[in-house]
Amino acid sequence: MSVIYVLLTISIIVAVVFFIAFIFSVKSGQYDDAYTPSIRMLFEDELVKTKKDKIVSNSQEKQS
Amino acid sequence: MSYFLEALHCIFVLRYKAKVMDKVNCYHCGDDCDSTIIHFEEKTFCCNGCKTVFEIFSTNDLSCYYDLQQAPGATPKEVSGKYNFLENPTIAERLLEFDDGKTQVITLYIPHIHCSSCIWILENLHKLNPAVISSQVNFGKKTARISFSSKDLTLKDLVLQLNKIGYEPYISLEDYAVEKKDVNRTLIYKLGVAGFAFGNIMFLSFPEYFEVNEYWLDQYKYVFRWLMFTFSLPVVFYSGNDYFLSAYKGLRSKLLNIDVPIALGISVLFIRSTFEIIFDLGTGFFDSLSGLVFFLLLGRFFQQKTYSFLSFERDYKSYFPIAVTKIHTDKKEESIQVYDIKKGDRLLIRNEELIPVDGILISGKAFIDYSFVTGESDPSEKESGEKLFAGGKQLSGIIEMEALKSVEQSYLTRLWSNSVFEKDKASTFKTLIDSISKRFTIAVLTIASLSAFFWILYDQSKALNVFTAVLIIACPCAIALASPFTLGNLLRILGKKKFYLKDASVIEQLSKIDTIVFDKTGTITTSKVNAIEYEGIPFSEKEAVLLKSTLRASNHPLSRQLYNLLSPHNILTLDEYKEHLGKGLEARIDQQEIKIGAADFVQNSKVKESTSTAVHVSTNDNYKGQFIFHNVYREGLSDLFKTLNEENELAILSGDNEGEKEYLKQVLPADTSFYFNRKPADKLDYIKSLQQQGKKVMMIGDGLNDAGALAQSDVGIAISEDINVFSPACDAIMDASKFRFLSQYINVSKKAIKIIKWSFLLSLLYNLSGLYFAVTGQLEPVIAAILMPLSSISVVVFTTIATNVLGRKLS
Repeated sequence: MSVIYVLLTISIIVAVVFFIAFIFSVKSGQYDDAYTPSIRMLFEDELVKTKKDKIVSNSQEKQS
Repeated sequence: MSYFLEALHCIFVLRYKAKVMDKVNCYHCGDDCDSTIIHFEEKTFCCNGCKTVFEIFSTNDLSCYYDLQQAPGATPKEVSGKYNFLENPTIAERLLEFDDGKTQVITLYIPHIHCSSCIWILENLHKLNPAVISSQVNFGKKTARISFSSKDLTLKDLVLQLNKIGYEPYISLEDYAVEKKDVNRTLIYKLGVAGFAFGNIMFLSFPEYFEVNEYWLDQYKYVFRWLMFTFSLPVVFYSGNDYFLSAYKGLRSKLLNIDVPIALGISVLFIRSTFEIIFDLGTGFFDSLSGLVFFLLLGRFFQQKTYSFLSFERDYKSYFPIAVTKIHTDKKEESIQVYDIKKGDRLLIRNEELIPVDGILISGKAFIDYSFVTGESDPSEKESGEKLFAGGKQLSGIIEMEALKSVEQSYLTRLWSNSVFEKDKASTFKTLIDSISKRFTIAVLTIASLSAFFWILYDQSKALNVFTAVLIIACPCAIALASPFTLGNLLRILGKKKFYLKDASVIEQLSKIDTIVFDKTGTITTSKVNAIEYEGIPFSEKEAVLLKSTLRASNHPLSRQLYNLLSPHNILTLDEYKEHLGKGLEARIDQQEIKIGAADFVQNSKVKESTSTAVHVSTNDNYKGQFIFHNVYREGLSDLFKTLNEENELAILSGDNEGEKEYLKQVLPADTSFYFNRKPADKLDYIKSLQQQGKKVMMIGDGLNDAGALAQSDVGIAISEDINVFSPACDAIMDASKFRFLSQYINVSKKAIKIIKWSFLLSLLYNLSGLYFAVTGQLEPVIAAILMPLSSISVVVFTTIATNVLGRKLS
């Protein structure tokens, strides 16, 4: 078999894999909200505030 | 002592304010701290509610909320008992998205979501309450999807918790009635399929573009061709099926719409290409075919700009509560679903709650705001035994009423059984494209037949080739793209100017308007500020303080308004205070007495009969004067009417009384017509009668009472002080601050139609040059593959630039 068939098959398989990935991403609702994730990704810094976490645990201890 | 200090401090702050002319804003909600300023941790707050939210956030280490955005919060409202219905399991079950006994998931609509801080705080709800498992915000839709463990947190407590931090969800009857809709993603799928096929076919057809007669190419070109054929199948039969359907529908109703030549083009492209590869005549036009469908769908996708946080199809259901409190004969209170209300039921309506059914007031102080229903701006007072209508909002305290009708049979809700609300406006409207496409299709078919006829005489072998080539090259891809890209882009531009249109076809409708009908209350007047005029003997300093202190004690809406508008004074403690239901207030400090209220209450017989609302005041039984409440008209009203009057007929159609007629006659152009005391159904009929005279009517309104007229009119625009608050079903929603630019928006839409016509001309030029190749029988696939995208792209570029230039001129 000529190598061109192998290459064609591979290229089409790769293309179809990406196509299926696209279909699944649409199905999972990724394209429903295109705005919020762009803001959400900026939040990480605020979430990891180790110093503040300590205060949280302290105050909880006091309460209990 | 401390009281004295506080008062001193207060005076100091007020003086300071007056000097610096710089207002103190609340750290939490950003409002001006007018009457009271609360200092806490070196920050200022306008009320205790805002301070409490700040405290909650700072003790839970969520004060980052204030770093992301300045003053992002909202003042939490008093909601005692409002959400009791969430304890009712059948109602809760309808609202919940998922419930397995342990975990519950609910999507709540929260109108206050407006900035990144909102997203942050709502997605960190689990820090405030560990029972919340996760929460996810959809900013566009202003919803939060929250999952929580039902063992530790009930639905009601969750909602109350949200309310406590200023994010009160809006739960209405609509949430109950509508089954959860699936999101329609078909267009994205179709676009994806077409794009995928387009790219791959382009790759595969590349070798043959250059026609290198090489051994290698000749051997494998059949494989390439059949692969292209396979890729084109889903494009034609899946992505393009809308065009076939629409063309079929058009033909059946004897209408040559734009989809007819498109469907013809697609099928000819596909059939001819398939023939060519079967009989080894050439490569076919699979690249052009998939490109055509891809571009067309792209245009549709672009036009499909929706404002997901706005809804243009609201009816009374989105205003109505989901449940009310029913009082059983044994005095037991129970939350029942409003559809379950039967005639004769005793209902409890709390402060700020909506009356869901027509009924009779049994007990309590009813002060009902009917502005939604009738357009009448002043709340009306009702005494027990009087009739209450559904849609009114109770403004002071708790009342008990007896239902006379069920929800569907009530006065307001019956409006929605009018057939206007079932009609789809878009389907009856003939667009510019529709009218052009008829001539276009006929022209194309004529050219194709004529040239085929010529070739039959001249060279029979080429006749079919030429016939199909004409249909292929004349496929109106660029024409079909001109309108969606122009209108779609303008839709976005207008959206940025806070004028939100339902869809692109509204722009075309706007450009044809010749009659404009305005509602009065809330549309040309603002509901935000009320001008209050004082007529009478001026107050002494002592009296002014007494007046302000007395008003402060009252919860009556007019008192609240008056209180907010009077200049600040020290607040003194009243020695005596009495509120007389439906009459007025009475108070005393030391030897000074005051009476505030209705004319007969303050013992004044001299007062003239007037149509406007007034509050009378007397001190120590001496009549002082009256405060008259005026409507305030929107800025630039007179100028707007003048500009609009040049090209349109204007009318005012109000549910209100004639009190302001004389004033309006002075301000507005002379030939404006006035209609007062119109009921919702009258408004609808008036619009209908105008349309029967062949007029294109635009209706601008704000309340539920305009809903029928808005639906009946060619373009119904709802005006809204706050876009998040619901507006009735309409074609466009306009931010109230943009009201005076209305004439500009109409102008822009007229110009947009001109842009479309110019781009038609542009694409016709491409079509004509393509036709030269087609008619002479020289159409090569590569020419089609170049010409088609080129014409589409240049039309897109032209319309985008032109609309942006238009948009820049808008203020």
